Amino acid sequence: MSLPFLLEIGTEEIPDWMIVPALNQLQDMFQALLDQHSVRGKLKSADATPRRLVLKAYGLIERQPDTEDLVPGPPKSAGPNAAAGFAKKLGSTPDQLIVQTTPKGEYYFLTKRTHGQATAAILARELPNLILKIQWPKTMYWNGKGSERFIRPIRWLVALLDNSVIPFEIGGVHSGDTTAGHRLLGKSSILVTHGDFDEQLRTNGVLLSSEKRREKIETEIAGLLAGKALRVKPDPDLLHTLTYITEFPTPILGGFDSQYLELPSEVLITVMRHHQKYFSVEDSKGSLAPYFIAVMNTNADPDGLVRHGNERVLRARFNDARFFWQQDQKKKLEARLPDLKNVTFQAKVGSYFEKTQRMVHLVAELGGSKNAQRAALLSKTDLTTDMVKEFTDLQGIVGGLYAKAQGEPEPVWRAIYDHYKPPSMEGDIPSTADGRLLSLADKWDTLRSCFDVGLIPSGSRDPFALRRAAQGVVRIVVEGQVKFDFPGMGEDLSEFMRDRIEYYFRDVRNFAYDVARACMAAGWQDLLDLESRLKRVQAVRTTPDFEPIAASFKRIKNILRQANYTDGAAFREDLLEPGPEKDLHAEINRSAGQPLESRIGPLRPKVDLFFDKVLVNAPDPTVRRNRLALLHSLLQEFSTIADFSEIVSENKE
Amino acid sequence: MTTPTFQDTVFALKKYWSDRGCIIQEPYDVEVGAGTMAPETFLRVLGPDPYRVAYVQPSRRPADGRYGENPNRLYKHQQLQVILKPSPADVIDQYLGSLKAIGIDLAKHDIKFEEDNWEAPTLGAWGIGWQVMLDGLEITQFTYFQQCGGFDLDLVPAELTYGLERLCAFLQNVDSVYDIQWTSFTKYGQVRFEEERQFSKYNFELADVQMLWQLFDLHERECQRLLATTDVVLPAYDQVLKCSHIFNLLDSRGAISVTERVGVIARVRKLALGVAKAWIAQTNPPEAAATNESATTAPHPPVKPGPPADPTAPLGEVVA
Repeated sequence: MSLPFLLEIGTEEIPDWMIVPALNQLQDMFQALLDQHSVRGKLKSADATPRRLVLKAYGLIERQPDTEDLVPGPPKSAGPNAAAGFAKKLGSTPDQLIVQTTPKGEYYFLTKRTHGQATAAILARELPNLILKIQWPKTMYWNGKGSERFIRPIRWLVALLDNSVIPFEIGGVHSGDTTAGHRLLGKSSILVTHGDFDEQLRTNGVLLSSEKRREKIETEIAGLLAGKALRVKPDPDLLHTLTYITEFPTPILGGFDSQYLELPSEVLITVMRHHQKYFSVEDSKGSLAPYFIAVMNTNADPDGLVRHGNERVLRARFNDARFFWQQDQKKKLEARLPDLKNVTFQAKVGSYFEKTQRMVHLVAELGGSKNAQRAALLSKTDLTTDMVKEFTDLQGIVGGLYAKAQGEPEPVWRAIYDHYKPPSMEGDIPSTADGRLLSLADKWDTLRSCFDVGLIPSGSRDPFALRRAAQGVVRIVVEGQVKFDFPGMGEDLSEFMRDRIEYYFRDVRNFAYDVARACMAAGWQDLLDLESRLKRVQAVRTTPDFEPIAASFKRIKNILRQANYTDGAAFREDLLEPGPEKDLHAEINRSAGQPLESRIGPLRPKVDLFFDKVLVNAPDPTVRRNRLALLHSLLQEFSTIADFSEIVSENKE
Repeated sequence: MTTPTFQDTVFALKKYWSDRGCIIQEPYDVEVGAGTMAPETFLRVLGPDPYRVAYVQPSRRPADGRYGENPNRLYKHQQLQVILKPSPADVIDQYLGSLKAIGIDLAKHDIKFEEDNWEAPTLGAWGIGWQVMLDGLEITQFTYFQQCGGFDLDLVPAELTYGLERLCAFLQNVDSVYDIQWTSFTKYGQVRFEEERQFSKYNFELADVQMLWQLFDLHERECQRLLATTDVVLPAYDQVLKCSHIFNLLDSRGAISVTERVGVIARVRKLALGVAKAWIAQTNPPEAAATNESATTAPHPPVKPGPPADPTAPLGEVVA
């Protein structure tokens, strides 16, 4: 018999961004449960809406297989009384015992049979724990102090193995075969079976499949805009949110008065996206059009009331934004500088006014133009504007737009506009040289001043997003080709930056980890130089001579270490033995100054031959020291590119 | 059906919740920033006794004033506050029923429950919940209280806070709260405009900062004295509310620097926690041994990033 299984955890609305990670955990834990208890069964699907997490599995067996264990007893030599005692202890009789020969002699054994448990019993016992073991970012209790915790209250549970309910209880809710439909479109109590579950939900206003919900949104948006010379501004994150905030999504098209288009599109889009979860709409030239798309959690807007309501809310929000814009213009950015004294950057570090002063100096120190310095001076003043207080996501952007409106030259306003970029590992770095320098100075100042007062990220704790700042520094320097030597970097910060740089080249730029390590060991504080060395070493990494050479370098390093070699003894050419030793020396001299790529090939056979034929550990201490000096010089020749002893051989024996 | 007036809506909500076992209270008569701060919520949610109450609470947020010139922002707005302790299993259905009771045909509208957890640092209170969105408009804050006055709550109350102005502006389809029909012959603006204008002027321009600091100190000391030497908790809590409101006034006068802010919030919080502790000890002696000290030092639960929490603004502004 092979049985189907269905689990539905019915809840109140779960925050959209937590649903997918929770569902992933649930399905992994459930498959592990099936495997651990040997009841077979494979997960068929896992899906969720804001009000339900659903697992389906198939191929479970009705009960665990019986098992037989051979339990060892006393040695035969212990006699019949000992044997009878052993049998009795295991609830059996002496006639069930057998004697087997083991390496230690003859022993009594008893075959113990264990009946497999019913799968239903196992699930009934394990499911409550499994469900409550899901890790959520933040949980609550709802049945009184000390009761079970979950992301939101659990209101119903469906658990069916074949046609039977798996009985269990969580917080007073008993599992059953009854689900609930959409809050407004469906019945609140619906009897379900394996066969009709999805269809029952569908007729009760719930699209269980997130894929289908997503498709419905996309298809219907296309339908709304068909033939209108309009297109939706793609926004995958918003689409994801709307997919998981609805059980039955239906998009509608709304509009707003085109007079609001006088406001910067950045502001309008932020209002629509972050505050109202609307998609923006563009005309065929890519300019913002006076429309929006809202996604309802219902099937229709028969009287246009939903559209009307959304338009009304948006109008109020746009009016606010326009009011802020007009108010903010009454005080120029420069006049806001003293106000920054009252805006704390970080309690131990001081105000944004002080931060601004440091940034101006740093920009100058890094060779920034007058424009870049001016941009640094004004960069944080938008923190005192009503617009940024209301729309914090727009910091920097608003400053740039205001600077533009107030007649600052383009290099200045653009630098301000861009200076929070890049937002993460993805996303553009600032588009102008002044912008890159300003962003770099901002982030580097943040890192330096936080580390100075001991605000150092540890583990998952990084409240000031210093990792992101560091990543921004690395990306701007490397991708923006900025000359930067990490001025004023203390020991802790140096270690921290080293990690972030290694992470960047390894995980973002996909350099092999040993290549990254080898090149960084030869110095990393000039990132542009590091990048070019990485590229070269990565390129020769694949040539046949590279790994043997790298292995030889490792050997050289070991030899020097074992010999406690210290630089100092002058190398004497006249002590070289003719043959492999002299040849190696000649090759080193011959190719000195040539690029790495052309040196490795000719060098490799000479090195191999040297190790083959020449005894480094020569009996004569003078000769020995001279040979060590030769090897040392070889190592030195390449040490400015990479520490090749860090290279890990791929075809290890 | 004719469009309900502002007071029709209030009557309908009170009747609806009265029918579901709520005591209908009148507003608390000391200035508060939100219905949560009235003792009917702050103190009643503590302890093991079930309680159901609903009341309109005029809520003062001095910094939100706009001299009566902004159609959606008010210095003082009215919240209809409902506490259901413990929260019934069908609490959301009951809530949706209340929307039907004020004339919203849910079949023609879009309702969403969007994550919005609430925290009031000055009250040592936080909860888990949603903002309820009706056609894109936040009409209610729905919170399952978890902690209040630094105590884990014995029973989990559901707190429903309706923003009456935005709800009525929606129902009456007007763009400005001042155009809401309070009665069929009187507009909201006729009742409240002058109050908004004058108090905005006072809160932003006229309030005597030095006097406010003195008052803050006086009320703080009075609260401390009552807690230390007497057994009256309710008068002590009034002193907390006074401090909180004065703090908000100082804030709207721009008299509190960012660094000072943290310290002043901590002073109010300390008083509120003291009151909660005394209240529990009095109303529920076996629990007296329990202490909320640990709660005061325990790290805060994570909250959504945002601007510094306004100690008296747990429930969002009036509109948009």
